[in-house]
Amino acid sequence: MNLINHESVVKRMKSRLSKNSFSKWTFFALTMFVLLILGVLLYRIFSQGLGYLDLQFLQSLPSRKPENAGVYAALIGTIWLMAVVAPVSLLLGVGTAIYLEEYAKDNMITNFIKVNISNLAGVPSIVFGLLGLTIFVRAFALGTSVLAAGLTMSLLVLPVIIVASQEAIRAVPNQLREASFGIGATKWQTIVRIVLPAAIPGILTGGILALSRAIGETAPLVVLGMPLFLAFLPKTFLDSMTVLPLQIYNWTGRPQVEFHALAAAGIIVLLVMLIIMNSIAVLIRNKFQKRY
Amino acid sequence: MRSAGKCASHLVIGIKGGFKLDTQNTNSFSVQKMIEEKKKRKSAGGITEKIMPYILFLAAAVSVLTTIGIVLTLIFETFLFFDAVSIKEFFTAKKWYPFSETNGSFGILPLVMGTLKVTVIAAIVAVPIGLASAIYLSEYASEPARRIIKPILEVLAGIPTIVYGFFALTFVTPILREIIPSLEIFNALSPGIVIGIMITPMIASLSEDAMTSVPNAMREGALALGSTKFEVAIKVVLPAAISGIIASIVLGISRAIGETMIVAVAGGSTPNLEWNLTGSIQTMTAYIVQVSQGDAGYGTTIYYSIYAVGMTLFVFTLVMNLLAQYITRRFREEY
Repeated sequence: MNLINHESVVKRMKSRLSKNSFSKWTFFALTMFVLLILGVLLYRIFSQGLGYLDLQFLQSLPSRKPENAGVYAALIGTIWLMAVVAPVSLLLGVGTAIYLEEYAKDNMITNFIKVNISNLAGVPSIVFGLLGLTIFVRAFALGTSVLAAGLTMSLLVLPVIIVASQEAIRAVPNQLREASFGIGATKWQTIVRIVLPAAIPGILTGGILALSRAIGETAPLVVLGMPLFLAFLPKTFLDSMTVLPLQIYNWTGRPQVEFHALAAAGIIVLLVMLIIMNSIAVLIRNKFQKRY
Repeated sequence: MRSAGKCASHLVIGIKGGFKLDTQNTNSFSVQKMIEEKKKRKSAGGITEKIMPYILFLAAAVSVLTTIGIVLTLIFETFLFFDAVSIKEFFTAKKWYPFSETNGSFGILPLVMGTLKVTVIAAIVAVPIGLASAIYLSEYASEPARRIIKPILEVLAGIPTIVYGFFALTFVTPILREIIPSLEIFNALSPGIVIGIMITPMIASLSEDAMTSVPNAMREGALALGSTKFEVAIKVVLPAAISGIIASIVLGISRAIGETMIVAVAGGSTPNLEWNLTGSIQTMTAYIVQVSQGDAGYGTTIYYSIYAVGMTLFVFTLVMNLLAQYITRRFREEY
């Protein structure tokens, strides 16, 4: 009984093994290629922009002369934008997550809301811009204000916060809820005093990630008609403003090389902000995450 | 129990009041007041208890309202657009010249063509690289290597698209022009490649999730039969995870279709129906940006045209997303 033809197995072994190691190195090389591109991207931007990056750049308003121009207006605008997006999207997002995880019955409406949220996450950001233009800028007559931009961005990042909060709330073990009910707490008391405190690290992490997406988005704000070039600061939520990505877009669109360098410097400021926010998110996750 | 206790306390008050009318009156009054207060507190808590689900439901309804808002605004404004331009022209005319006052032409095909070119290039770049990274991470990489590479990929996914646009215009395009001298400053190739780089981490990460969820017993079975790691990856893991992998590709393509800033910065603004990749193009998203930036007055045909284009874009990406969901549901292998 000789079921295996040893000769042919041995003959094919060599080519199979070489195919194996060849593909291993190809896969590795392609993965490294992606990382290499990230490196090149960062190197290009830092080598181009660092020359323009100084205190004066951070404190100056935009200007037609590249050597006088700065990101001050855009930086302040980004902070104003965050001041709208953070409370609005967190309240709506966490509220939705609590409803879906703690209250919602397993019926058609709940199912519809869930399907709807996952589809909303796939809608291109520019379409949210069209929604904001019609509803906030025109119908509510908010114009190209901080509020209109903030509300549009809040809707855009809402799915991210909802999903993150849902996961955080779901990870709170049922024993905690049962223990709370057991000592006579009502449902709302249990949610506010037991579930939310336990879920807050996950919610905050998701919230910061969503916020960092909001401050990097450009397309919806362009569609709203936000000014790309603005030499004054917003004083109320109804004032117009510009933000970092718009300022970068404005500089990138100009033919002069000096403005490209300014754009690179602006990108560095934006990336540093994003890195700080993401580090805070990682820190919160590592420090407060409890495993039950 | 509770009601019995209440009765008892009333009873005590009654007896007390009966025996010593004047002196104990104030005392009994305060006990009654305490009971009243307690009741009030309870009912106040009861109100929160009853109202909160509805308030939270309203929060949940916002996301539904957003979808309804998107669909309704797109439909209404698109109808207004179709008052000025016939549906037939929109879908069949071969030219998109919205800014010409005398003989403007609104045929969506050139814009769709621009989007298609960029998307196909992006897919050609992103699918092989994304899959290779996914296979490497899930099948070959050691645990420390994976722990370093995955976060870096996530960083790549978190970079704002305007940064990629800047990169495409100021780095990729000049390099490509060295290689292909006939390449114009604005072209389809450079934004296509950069969008491909942008969606690679997404495809890699989602595919890797699908592949890691294939149970190890299957790998071990194949290895025990004498397969090499490559054969395990291609013949066992890939087929088992195929639903998740295809879904990740479809989602990546949907992102590429909706991508705006990279094409707006590096793609140009010349909608055309040619097959050539080296010339300037315009995608659906880039057109919306161009009009929003200019000062097309509210209520003009050009103003409404961005909604018609947005509607087309929305339908494209919605179909892709629904397709991805259908694939994951329909072809999922349960272990």
